Amino acid sequence: MVNLKINNTPIQVEEGTTILEAAKRLNFRIPTLCNHPDLTVAGNCRVCVVEVKGARLLAASCATPVSEGMEVNTNSEKVRIARKHILELLLSEHNADCTKCFKNGHCELQELASEYRFGDHIFIDLVKAKDKIRDISSPSISKDASKCIRCQRCVRTCAELQSVCALAVANKGDHQVITTFMNKPLNDVVCTNCGQCINRCPTGALYERNYIEDVWHAIYDPNKFVVVETAPATRVALGEDLGLDPGMRVTGRMVSALRKMGFNKVLDTDFTADLTIMEEGTELLTRLKKALVDKDETVKLPMMTSCSPGWVKFQEHMYPGLLDNLSTCKSPQQMFGALAKTYYADKINIKAENMVVVSIMPCTAKKFECNRSEMRDSGFKDVDYVLTTRELAMMIKQAGIEFEKLEDGNYDSILGQSTGAAVIFGTTGGVMEAALRTAYEIITGNEVPFTNLNIKPVRGMEGVKEASIKIKNTKPDWNFLEGVELNVAVAHGLANAKLLMDAVNSGKANYHFIEVMGCPGGCIGGGGQPIPTSAEIRKRRAEAIYAEDMGKPIRKSHENPEVTEVYNEYLSHPLGHKSHELLHTHYKVRNRY
Amino acid sequence: MTNTEVLIHELVEKHGKTRNALMPVLQGVVAREKFLSEEAMIAVARELDLSAADVYGTASFYTFLDTKPRGKNILRVCKTISCHMQGKDAIIRAIEDHLMVKVGETTHDKKFTLLTANCLGWCHKGPVLLINDEVFPSMTPEKAIEIIEDFSKKTN
Repeated sequence: MVNLKINNTPIQVEEGTTILEAAKRLNFRIPTLCNHPDLTVAGNCRVCVVEVKGARLLAASCATPVSEGMEVNTNSEKVRIARKHILELLLSEHNADCTKCFKNGHCELQELASEYRFGDHIFIDLVKAKDKIRDISSPSISKDASKCIRCQRCVRTCAELQSVCALAVANKGDHQVITTFMNKPLNDVVCTNCGQCINRCPTGALYERNYIEDVWHAIYDPNKFVVVETAPATRVALGEDLGLDPGMRVTGRMVSALRKMGFNKVLDTDFTADLTIMEEGTELLTRLKKALVDKDETVKLPMMTSCSPGWVKFQEHMYPGLLDNLSTCKSPQQMFGALAKTYYADKINIKAENMVVVSIMPCTAKKFECNRSEMRDSGFKDVDYVLTTRELAMMIKQAGIEFEKLEDGNYDSILGQSTGAAVIFGTTGGVMEAALRTAYEIITGNEVPFTNLNIKPVRGMEGVKEASIKIKNTKPDWNFLEGVELNVAVAHGLANAKLLMDAVNSGKANYHFIEVMGCPGGCIGGGGQPIPTSAEIRKRRAEAIYAEDMGKPIRKSHENPEVTEVYNEYLSHPLGHKSHELLHTHYKVRNRY
Repeated sequence: MTNTEVLIHELVEKHGKTRNALMPVLQGVVAREKFLSEEAMIAVARELDLSAADVYGTASFYTFLDTKPRGKNILRVCKTISCHMQGKDAIIRAIEDHLMVKVGETTHDKKFTLLTANCLGWCHKGPVLLINDEVFPSMTPEKAIEIIEDFSKKTN
């Protein structure tokens, strides 16, 4: 233990603690910009400087460990003057058109500027000299270098959390920029569109391509029938952007808000999550049968989930040799769009060409996904617009809806009912758990052997999780699985996915089924979720997801009555002809370089 | 495999597959090809299992690791204060007039690229001209042209 004083207050902390962390424990807030709880220390923005007694220079508190007898001042005159100058230097190269910025109100630099209330520039305004061309090539992520303060959170995110390294620091000194390989457009490089960089960018240099105006336009158009679907993880995070605490479940209020905004039908991606389990679970069992009984060597195991479009694009770039391992199932978002513009449009007697499908997603990669050329099986663009949770929050505010005071609403039917198994898609391990709840019961006729159906080994925030389930007392059709240990693995965040894929490629891993979610924590930590994010916030959202599951009267996908109805009326059976046409897809090899 | 890819493969064999090998590999490519083409950076990234952006980031940091096409001989006139006071401007003007290029440009026959450099550590014998790896101190405009002509004859 180390003893030190911060602002004359003594404190004892473990060796290796930084001054920043020690100060936080005493409730002294030191401003930071490049520092982020999910990332390694960079120490390059310097706004966290503090005065250490006896030291000649000010120290960056995020990068300086405490030492015995240290006396720190976080707000001396020297610190204040330095911090103001540092902020003014950052602002001298920051295109501060805050009122027109998409991150207006969600910008850490703006917050600090509002604390310090700077007057006129005391340094030369360098913004004029900056390249003001925005990169809007990607349907998911936009990049505006004129707002970049070069803190490099995005670069560290892309490398450390995602192992993608689409962004790098190029050039040096005043020419230093955050860019892609040879300054190519984001859409042309290995970017998976996960949006984790947006979640961590302290300014408006990285932000989602937004479709707010397009969606309002569709809503106002009397000739359009606008259907909205909401992803599982949005209902446990939306509140954060509307004044509520992380982990607050706002499902009912979100439904009411969407209805008040003017959507014609408020439906649920959770419904197609249940449908995904039917299709994907059947696909897994079919693959197992072909591999184990028919000894068909062309069948690829382990099968891997395909719900996360960031993960899918990652595979297309990085592991094209494993594309056949990906489930052919479309993501729940895209299954929804394909069904909405065929089955559902017919059922409610609306022409598919007049239908607009909007999806509310915790995700920026979903914007890319809905624009993929494969996603037009209804004969139209299956999903027209994807809005992030953040965009929805903005629209709710624009509409003048007092979110906190809303009554709970219910989803419309059909394509609106869902089970607890569907909502857990929103957190890491959820798809696996939902699939196991259904697959085990199909094989044995019994519920999975876990208390309250809660498959604990696949839950939690460990990077890679493994579980084995021994299959016992199979039904006659499935007796080839009697006594088989079903080995599964779950990864979240693409850096963890890479570890898992390398294990699969090396032949060391012997899994049957793998779930991967592109973002840390799964969709609850998605690139379209409210900012900020941290391990603590993700944990609270995940707890809310599991609470939502426990609160559902039905908690197994195959028991969703609306799913049964859709099979009876339209799809006939999982992996049937219609399913293949509408609900399944294929992938393409993309360049890694 | 292209010639560049063969070269990079050989360099990686020599320097190893770790990230530490990145600098010597890039220097090896520049030694032969004078600059790092997009193709070369991609090949290096592939060989070392790095992202292409990462390789570009490193390459673009170093002045002597060019990412733009360069001539067979690279002329660098020191532009820092001592050489400036000893007449580097006259040297640059003479070379520009002789080769008919501006600083940053390459001659039509691709024999020469004219650049400036920050301090080369020859302040006591300025102005100084660096041609590829060879230093030519105490330059006058006439001497510089003479040396460049020698190089021109030696270069096909």
